[in-house]
Amino acid sequence: MIALLKRDLWLAVRAGGGFGLGLAFFLIVVVLIPFGVGPDASVLEPIAPGILWVAALLACLLSLDRIFALDYEDGSLALLATSPLPLEGAALIKAIAHWLTTGLPLTLAAPMLGVLLHMNSEAYGYLFISLALGTPALSIIGTFGAALTVGLRRGGLLLSLLVLPLYVPTLVFGAEAVRRGAAGMDVTTPFVMLAGITAGAFALLPFASAAALRVNLR
Amino acid sequence: MRLAVTDLACARGGVPVLSGVSFTVEAGQALVLRGANGIGKTTLLRTLAGLQPALSGEIDLPDDQAAYASHADGIKAQLSVEENLSFWAEVYGNPVPDTIYEAFDLVDLRHRMAGTLSAGQKRRLGLSRLGVIGRKVLFLDEPTVSLDRFSVNLFADFIRDQHLAKGGIAVIATHIDLGLDAPELDLEPFRASADQSGGSDEAFL
Repeated sequence: MIALLKRDLWLAVRAGGGFGLGLAFFLIVVVLIPFGVGPDASVLEPIAPGILWVAALLACLLSLDRIFALDYEDGSLALLATSPLPLEGAALIKAIAHWLTTGLPLTLAAPMLGVLLHMNSEAYGYLFISLALGTPALSIIGTFGAALTVGLRRGGLLLSLLVLPLYVPTLVFGAEAVRRGAAGMDVTTPFVMLAGITAGAFALLPFASAAALRVNLR
Repeated sequence: MRLAVTDLACARGGVPVLSGVSFTVEAGQALVLRGANGIGKTTLLRTLAGLQPALSGEIDLPDDQAAYASHADGIKAQLSVEENLSFWAEVYGNPVPDTIYEAFDLVDLRHRMAGTLSAGQKRRLGLSRLGVIGRKVLFLDEPTVSLDRFSVNLFADFIRDQHLAKGGIAVIATHIDLGLDAPELDLEPFRASADQSGGSDEAFL
């Protein structure tokens, strides 16, 4: 399993791996928002948590179809399926690799981009924690979507339609945590819900992804 | 150790292609599958390797000993020859034997990026994977595609001396003569009749 994680991380950072693509997209979307709605701090400040969360979610979506598609095309997925590595483990590792190359950089960069949106200074810590708790769920749910659509032509489009509704709970509680943090309110409930969604998704979805992969490999 | 297949039926895309396939391969033996395009060689090999369920029949082979190799080699262009091989060796928990580079004439290519290899060189790299995974039962689908005469002999030597001689089993679908002393199985008599139903819901899964 470590071998697969190492290989996926290598492939992501080498030429053409797409590392940084999500991050660059995130950066550009957040930079565009003040152009669209105007630089007024009283307009930007209340929408900053929501904007940052939606942008992070879309950036995450960008690289999802690569999770299994490349391995499917070159045949490594079939070889992995017949290897001693359980497909459930492979799906989990793929999600972790996706998070390390997409979710983690987003989490680290988001507080810096908050400056561009005049985000309340108290919200930075909450934004960081909410993304750290929430983005792993985006990766594992996305992995499930990628497993469902692997092998389909134009699967990326279908993948977005399948996965975006499943992202709603994470988005709602993630943005709500930051909003409450910025307003100085109690954030326990959204954080607990966010962590619960992530933990539940990690417990269940590797099995669902593996089942979907087995069907698609037939 | 032996591979025994009894009355196996398998389907591709919900259409039954083969039925009543039975054969036995003892340790140290190879079996060469013959048949026209579309007869179901690939389907049979995928079924044997466990990538798809059989419609009926039984496959008796030792646990955790099967390996599958198809037209697609699973080679990553951005990794070097050595990194590609050591990845598969690690997945199977084996070391990479140094002899494998000689066996497949890869010594000079060891540190080259796999993306810069020719089709035949890629194929050799894909086949050398079989030497690092340490599996006893190999299901090989057209292993010699895009290989030159010399490389075909290298591959045949590897199968004969490093795999079969050590008690391994190989089932190989091929159209050319590998020079292996192996019985051949023509799949033509096992063609499934057109009206035979079964697995009709497969296409929707």
